[in-house]
Amino acid sequence: MYVAVKGGERAIENAHRLLAHARRGDRNVPEVTLGQISEQLGLAVDRVMSEGSLYDRELAALAIKQARGDMIEAIFLVRAFRATLPRFGASEPVDTGAMRVERRVSSTFKDIPGGQILGPTFDYTHRLLDPQLAEGFVPEEPATAEVATTATPRVTDILGRDGLIEPSPQAAPDAPVGDLTREPLNFPADRDLRLQNLARGDEGFLLAMGYSTQRGYGRNHPFAGEIRFGEVDVEFFAEDVGFAVPLGSIELTECQMVNQFKGSATEAPCFTRGYGLAFGQSERKTMSMALVDRALRARELGEEVRAPAQDEEFVMSHSDNVQATGFVEHLKLPHYVDFQSELGLLRKLRQEFVEANDVEPLQEAAE
Amino acid sequence: MNAPAYNFAYLDEQTKRMIRRAILKAIAIPGYQVPFASREMPMPYGWGTGGVQVTAAILGPDDKLKVIDQGSDDTTNAISIRKFFAKTAGVATTTATEDATVIQTRHRIPETTLGAGQVLVYQVPIPEPLRYLEPRETETRRMHALAEYGLMHVKLYEDIARFGHIATAYAYPVKVNARYVMDPSPTPKFDNPKMDNCAALQLFGAGREKRIYAIPPYTQVVSLDFEDHPFEPYRYNAPCALCGADNSYLDEIVTDDKGGRMFVCSDTDFCEGRQADGHHGSLSAAPYKEKAQQQETSNG
Amino acid sequence: MTTIAELPPGFADKVLSAQSTFRSVMDAMARPGSVRRIAPVAGTPGPMMRGTAAIALTLFDHDTPLWLDARLRESPDVLKWLKFHTGAPVVQDSSVVSFALIADGAALPPLERFALGSNEYPDRSATVILQVESLSDGCAYELRGPGIDGTAAFQAAIKPADLFERLRINEALFPRGIDVVLVADATVVAIPRTTRLVTKGSQ
Repeated sequence: MYVAVKGGERAIENAHRLLAHARRGDRNVPEVTLGQISEQLGLAVDRVMSEGSLYDRELAALAIKQARGDMIEAIFLVRAFRATLPRFGASEPVDTGAMRVERRVSSTFKDIPGGQILGPTFDYTHRLLDPQLAEGFVPEEPATAEVATTATPRVTDILGRDGLIEPSPQAAPDAPVGDLTREPLNFPADRDLRLQNLARGDEGFLLAMGYSTQRGYGRNHPFAGEIRFGEVDVEFFAEDVGFAVPLGSIELTECQMVNQFKGSATEAPCFTRGYGLAFGQSERKTMSMALVDRALRARELGEEVRAPAQDEEFVMSHSDNVQATGFVEHLKLPHYVDFQSELGLLRKLRQEFVEANDVEPLQEAAE
Repeated sequence: MNAPAYNFAYLDEQTKRMIRRAILKAIAIPGYQVPFASREMPMPYGWGTGGVQVTAAILGPDDKLKVIDQGSDDTTNAISIRKFFAKTAGVATTTATEDATVIQTRHRIPETTLGAGQVLVYQVPIPEPLRYLEPRETETRRMHALAEYGLMHVKLYEDIARFGHIATAYAYPVKVNARYVMDPSPTPKFDNPKMDNCAALQLFGAGREKRIYAIPPYTQVVSLDFEDHPFEPYRYNAPCALCGADNSYLDEIVTDDKGGRMFVCSDTDFCEGRQADGHHGSLSAAPYKEKAQQQETSNG
Repeated sequence: MTTIAELPPGFADKVLSAQSTFRSVMDAMARPGSVRRIAPVAGTPGPMMRGTAAIALTLFDHDTPLWLDARLRESPDVLKWLKFHTGAPVVQDSSVVSFALIADGAALPPLERFALGSNEYPDRSATVILQVESLSDGCAYELRGPGIDGTAAFQAAIKPADLFERLRINEALFPRGIDVVLVADATVVAIPRTTRLVTKGSQ
């Protein structure tokens, strides 16, 4: 006698209960707070906001907590929430030239107006595990100085003044802004949609793609013109009042790569650009993004498309970690009926093989 | 904190309008994949986000929803999706195929013949039947535009040359209304004939790939084949061990590690219905009496 | 002039009325020739019929450019009502629209002037919503095609009288084409681009 498996509903409920228990961990250890995540795991929060495309530190911290620190799961939680939000419109373009800069480095000039500002960076730390941090370490207060009043113009603007770099394309102010979360994506895609895709794209995927361009798979001779991190104001043009209303400020990291020059018989040679932008402090992400953005401009710049990073269908179709993890992980869902159909076919082919070749029955056929 | 507040059937009205417009065009152009701005759903891509969005866009308070995965109402993902709609739309649910007005499915078409008052919504992972032959969307779109399906015939023919048979057992490509080659989703090819001239409307949703397509009722759906190698549905040659049916698609259950196995209907509602009507298989638990308790009623 | 407050109302229950209207239109599109009833009630500005108004509230928004025929365009209430309740932009160029609303079928422009889609994207084509006198009395039509079990018969008083002759472009252009929704008061019949006329009787 055989009774078919039942009780899936109970199993799901029990699994959810067990998950909540596992998430909490040892109950003798104090529960982590959203404030602790937001303040002390700030770069994790930045990544979840960037790839979740929603600037809200508290929700991102909640997502990280709920996801037990699984970053892609946290990004997914934020995305699913974002999808339910009403949309009022697009903000005015933010002016990163007017950023209140906290960190700013250029690898192209020794000194620049406004200076190089090292800021909070791992760059010159020695990667030695620090036992002090294991037990209630109170760091020194940071060094302070007068707030600098000098402007910090973007390095690409400085190059642009002499025409040494291609002008940054100025979109018509009334032109609609593409949004791949609202309209189905078609290929070939314009740069606004490509950049949106990359901004939402998986940091690891972009890192690997960007890295591949450096190793010769679509090399584009990059120089880190500038990486800046700091605060910018966000404004929204309200039609009823007729002017832009400030909404608040957000932290951004921007990377502008200066790349391989172009030129022709009719056009003076100049450097080209690759662009990266992310919420919070995300240098690895923005630098990788800038490399891939430049690689994806191959078609526009008349370069031969040969490498994966230059192939927009390949890059854009596989950059999204929420999509990727869904499709990879869905393989754990039941596939009994399609597998059974495949099994039936395979058995038949093996049977025919045995008959045609007059060999001993293959193992399964023996039973 | 921005506390979430959700609409009837989860999706906001603007999203529903967009999906509804896509569904209408899909019905008007049978087998053509309409691009749509698929939303991020509160379940992972691959779990049926396309089917869920289509169902959410059509579902109303008078509907009775059935959800199956692998033919069964009791697989965990089917339960999860059914609960999602019971919760967000307060809709009545059922496991009885003939009682349902909307049936969302993953990988099977019910054995019970569908009627004119029903809509079958398929969850689709890869909607493009040509995708495994040509990965580029720009290329496959051109092939559909020109109805240039030679590549597919070459692939099927190569199978025959190599294996003596068309080596596609599920997601077996079909031609709809003599125009578009279409992926039926990963249903076993056993189910393909059910799509042809079906009285119910069939809608297909692919969330991650952002496509919706449809087969209107009473539309010709032909499985691709060759004159000398005609399409053959596959079914393991045995009666169901529980209900004795010899015309239903069967799950293979491995009962021990010594080669023991049994075959039972994959469509659990069909199988239970037959047992309730007094049909027996070699291993059925007779008399069959658990059905009434196990069947889910409304708002499960 | 009518103020916004005096405009005919939209749906009393936006969510459920839109769902119910959509199901009627979906069923109509899936079963060409079958007459479907649109139950929800909304205001009817100017010459707009109940069914047309309900379809507008259900399917139109900022993303669906519209074209209106002269009779509808002449009604300031129609323009205001559509803008207020749907936000859909009314445009002059009929070749880029998602929907066209026709109140005066006798003046229906050549169908080629509407968006027909491309062979790559045949879905980017207009749905023409044509108000007719009756979908219960008049000339007998017999149709065949996907969605129809054999043939489907219905009676209607349609202007232009040669609508089905004009719809022959759908045969030549497929998969490009025009999909038509006929509206008479609160009833609808859909004629998607795959539907063919078998016979047409007299009045």
